[in-house]
Amino acid sequence: MRPALPRRLAAVLSPPTWPGAIERPAPKARLGTSYDTSWARTPAARVGRAVMLDNLTRPLVHLVAAPEVSGLEHLEPLERPVIFAGNHASHLDTSILLSCLPARFRHKSVVAAASDYFFDRHWKAALWSFSLGTIPIERTKVERRSLELIAGLLDDGWSLVIFPEGGRSPDGWGQEFRGWAAYLAKRCGVPVVPFHLRGTRPILAKGSSSLRPGKVEVRFGDALRLEPAGPERREEDARRFGARIEAAVSLLADEAESDWWSARRRASEGATPPLRGPQAAPWRRTWALPDSARKDGARRRLGPAQPW
Amino acid sequence: MSPRPGFVLEVDRSTPPTLFWHGENFRLERLPVGSRVVYPPEPLVPLADPDAAIAHALEHPLGDSAPLSALLHRGMKLTIAFDDVSLPLPQMESPDVRSRVIEAVLDQAAAAGVDDVVLIAALALHRRMTDDELRHALGKRVFDAFAPHGLLWQHDAEDPDGMVTLGETDEGELVAINRRAAESDLLVYVNINLVAMDGGHKSVATGLASYDSIRHHHNVKTMQHSRSFMDRHHSELHTSNWRMGRLIAKSLKIFQIETTLNTATFPDQFGFLNHREWEWGLKDRAAFHTVRAALDRTPAPLARQIFHSVRAPYRLTSVQAGEVEAVHEQTLEHLFAQQLVPVQGQADVLTMGLPFISPYNVNSIMNPILVACLGLGYLFNLYKGKPLVRQGGVAILSHPTPWAFHPVHHPSYIDFFEQVLAETTDPLEVEKRFEESYARDPWYIHLYRTSYAYHGVHPFYMWYWCAHALDHLGAVIVVGGDRAAVRRLGFKPASTLADALEMAEDVVGRDPSITHLHTPPLLIAEVS
Repeated sequence: MRPALPRRLAAVLSPPTWPGAIERPAPKARLGTSYDTSWARTPAARVGRAVMLDNLTRPLVHLVAAPEVSGLEHLEPLERPVIFAGNHASHLDTSILLSCLPARFRHKSVVAAASDYFFDRHWKAALWSFSLGTIPIERTKVERRSLELIAGLLDDGWSLVIFPEGGRSPDGWGQEFRGWAAYLAKRCGVPVVPFHLRGTRPILAKGSSSLRPGKVEVRFGDALRLEPAGPERREEDARRFGARIEAAVSLLADEAESDWWSARRRASEGATPPLRGPQAAPWRRTWALPDSARKDGARRRLGPAQPW
Repeated sequence: MSPRPGFVLEVDRSTPPTLFWHGENFRLERLPVGSRVVYPPEPLVPLADPDAAIAHALEHPLGDSAPLSALLHRGMKLTIAFDDVSLPLPQMESPDVRSRVIEAVLDQAAAAGVDDVVLIAALALHRRMTDDELRHALGKRVFDAFAPHGLLWQHDAEDPDGMVTLGETDEGELVAINRRAAESDLLVYVNINLVAMDGGHKSVATGLASYDSIRHHHNVKTMQHSRSFMDRHHSELHTSNWRMGRLIAKSLKIFQIETTLNTATFPDQFGFLNHREWEWGLKDRAAFHTVRAALDRTPAPLARQIFHSVRAPYRLTSVQAGEVEAVHEQTLEHLFAQQLVPVQGQADVLTMGLPFISPYNVNSIMNPILVACLGLGYLFNLYKGKPLVRQGGVAILSHPTPWAFHPVHHPSYIDFFEQVLAETTDPLEVEKRFEESYARDPWYIHLYRTSYAYHGVHPFYMWYWCAHALDHLGAVIVVGGDRAAVRRLGFKPASTLADALEMAEDVVGRDPSITHLHTPPLLIAEVS
């Protein structure tokens, strides 16, 4: 027989058995979008997160990704809150972006994170809520509970970091932008700052388990606002605004791969390469990836990649 | 989510061990597969605004009563009687519902300019309440306004000048009650109906009566014919009280205020007592094992003190006022809505875990006589229809049953245990040979009147409470009790529940059906 203390401990830790005659109630949905993250925005948790971000995350990010930041001047005139919306290729994106944000945004931001991935276990939910200030959202739809929560936070002055693609890029090219950022911007009347992260995929791509230190470029664009209603037109709708956000991120991507002037000219001609890449067979899409988006980084080629 | 009703669980292989109260401790017992456990309903949602509900009840009385405000006038003599320390169990968190009701009554009395107001604790033959207990029950405001001026009384059933005889019922029952109450222009009775036995005419006819009056219904014959005390219409005890109460009501205007509480019996620290075992969360399990480990190492007097300091988070579920019988019928409806649990059929063996408290050991010791009374008098009688155990069946009680008595509260109990039960445990013989001498003993009367002692006859009543069960049962077994004390009671001691069940088979045969009464929190089994 085990000694009394371990026996008692086991009795405390083991849940009781359930009588066969009693129907088990449906488990209470305390994870996913039902997870209560309010504790992670208490003053104590915020101080803890700030200390961690400034003293652990940022140095590590600089060690692993050496981010080069441009476009910060676009943030200077902005008052909180804002919505940061950009491309998503790696788990490191959030840490890198937060590390590069000015302190006034960095320490009062929440990050929209997929409820099915980051909030499917209590320990994961607690870890990400605390370390990055994540909020659970549904990837594929605008879910009311999360919407109300985020809208409330924006109203309270919290900024939001969101990856409108709804998940990391599976192949290095961008995915369709979903409606969250545009919808929230319209509902709460806040500006959207587009950003683009170049070079995160080679460091830690989807499916990779090891870090390959590299160099990342972070670009912030001009803040976007909904076009107000005029004498002969209604206020811009969320769908059109969402398309503008995607276009703005595409422009930043083009700028990252070429230069500011060339990207601007292509943009003015409506010839900005789409973020989503060419509509072609998978291998050709992979073939056409710029080095900065390749899973295994730069590789030797027989010739330059062909534009599509 | 609305509160779940009580229900009967049939134990199977995956049923976790069942919690048994065991005095100031607990046991987890594995009941045999096929046993049944009767679980109490969850606490009802209480009244959102108790003070408003009380005010409404006073102004909208039931039966042929006028509103309280219309019954109060300058120059009148008003007496407010209230239930004593035996209710509720455990004592409830402040504010006690009595203090809420009495303050509401006094507000109206003050507004009407009533000067002559006396409060009386309706003790019957119970011990007097201490100042602390009175202050808790009545609230500081009421206590401080009345006690220093000698206007807070405790009923004295042995005060020759303080009692008055109102007559006899058709059955020849003497009706003698408190003189102050009887001579008042209005008697307001403030009750807490914790169980169905309380309230109605019993409040005044017993609470403010004399020994010579009470003996007409507190006797073996009446008790044996009360099936059960919790079912007024099948209780001789209540029938007698009703006869007396109706006689009292002819000569005295009574405004009865009855209240019911939900079954939120234990505070959050004891959350595991409010939950069903298979629903115990980590907090419940940790609390249970911590509490039990601590209690295993705690001396009994300290454990007792800890448990008696627990205040129940009871909340008011109903309040009704007016004419006694109309009020009580509605009170019972509210009470049954909270406590009734339907149960199909009787069992061969009834198991019960007895807690640390009964109505007669508040802030005191649960002596062996009270153990018997709690198990066989109270819990056994928590039924409507038929007892949970069949005629000739076995009751198994779980309680340490220490051979210990509170010398101040229970002096006559000590002598009853040493002298009376040593000779016989037959209630009829006990009554015939010994009751009169204990009831008239001047020393016990002196202690009852001046100290904090129960009346000399009180242990007899405790034994009579058991009379129905003793008459009905084939054997009584006490698990984990002091062997000598258990034997003195005429019961059989057993070390474990398994042993007790083995012993029970000698009485009821092999593979008996077993029902466990999972209480408190309280329930009343409606056995069909």
